[in-house]
Amino acid sequence: MAELDSSGGGGKKKGGKVRSKKQSARVDMTPMVDLMFLLITFFMLTTTLAKPQAMDIAMPDKDEENQDQLQVADTRTMTILLGDKNKLEWYMGSIEDPKTPTPQGFGKEGIRKSILEKVKDVQAATGKGLIVLIKASDKSNYKNLVDILDEIKITNVKTYAIVDITEPEIGLLKRDGVY
Amino acid sequence: MPKVKVPRKSTVIDMTAMCDVASLLLTFFILTATARQPEPLPVDTPSSTVKIKLPTTDIATVTIGEGKVFFGVAGQPVRIRTLERMGERYKIQFTDKEKVRFSLMESFGVPIGQLKQLIALDGDKRNRPGLQNGIPADSVGANPSELREWIYNARYATKELNDKELRITIKGDSDEEYPTVKKVIDILQAQEVNKFSLITSLEGAD
Repeated sequence: MAELDSSGGGGKKKGGKVRSKKQSARVDMTPMVDLMFLLITFFMLTTTLAKPQAMDIAMPDKDEENQDQLQVADTRTMTILLGDKNKLEWYMGSIEDPKTPTPQGFGKEGIRKSILEKVKDVQAATGKGLIVLIKASDKSNYKNLVDILDEIKITNVKTYAIVDITEPEIGLLKRDGVY
Repeated sequence: MPKVKVPRKSTVIDMTAMCDVASLLLTFFILTATARQPEPLPVDTPSSTVKIKLPTTDIATVTIGEGKVFFGVAGQPVRIRTLERMGERYKIQFTDKEKVRFSLMESFGVPIGQLKQLIALDGDKRNRPGLQNGIPADSVGANPSELREWIYNARYATKELNDKELRITIKGDSDEEYPTVKKVIDILQAQEVNKFSLITSLEGAD
């Protein structure tokens, strides 16, 4: 029974002269069960959360002979340059004539807002989706890259690519103090 | 006040059954939690909001941290076959015992020349910091880099044994400088592996 009854019959009086005064030692199991459920919940949650997630990426085919930049429609292209110290800069169009180069930060209020705006603008202007090119400089780190890819997944941009950064773009980053 | 005494009944519930069920469930969850292998390079992956889980078979993991690159592939037969092919490529003979010991290693990062010594060491001695310094990812002259060979042979072994495409994942440290990651991505692109995955931890959507 749940009550560990070590009294040998509760308050029954023993016959005879020796009468040891035992009290019934009833152990209430409720806290033990509470603890068990806490531990179960803990293990249930930690084993499923411990499995790492995978973020899929598809890169464009790297053609050894053709080292040109991707041919993309400038009016639909947003280029994001990843700079130093968790800062980035983006511009529309091509590097020869960048429109609205804007240094910005990561996160909901930062780059995500800009991407969402541009998705709407490009959709209204050309009727097709936004293309995002991600160019990471040597001073950025892996977390920046993953964060940008994450933002792209959140804002649901369908066409994106990771490409090499070029000298004029590094110049742009330096000019705006992000390199 | 009327002197009617309400007969009180005992409200003690017998908790034994509940206790049994709880301990059974607990045992189940503890046993189904797989023990984590100690990794030679602890890596702090960045977080992201994607929720796709990683598969456990036909997968190779390239761990990038501190400028070093480690490699591991899932499945013991695949590991053995990859090792055999690397042995053929670099003209090193591995004994059967070494192959079995290698198939138990989840991830490693040493140049091929030091691989035999690494296999000979015991499990916990292998993971001492500073011992494994990464697989060379730079090509030497006209020869492709060792990392490229490992990835290529792992893909070959998976296709040969399991008839499936190897899924390559990159597990990078958050603070890792981009050039090292770029080198690995370039090696993958050179082999025309254009689809791979990045391993991230879970992040709540903002």
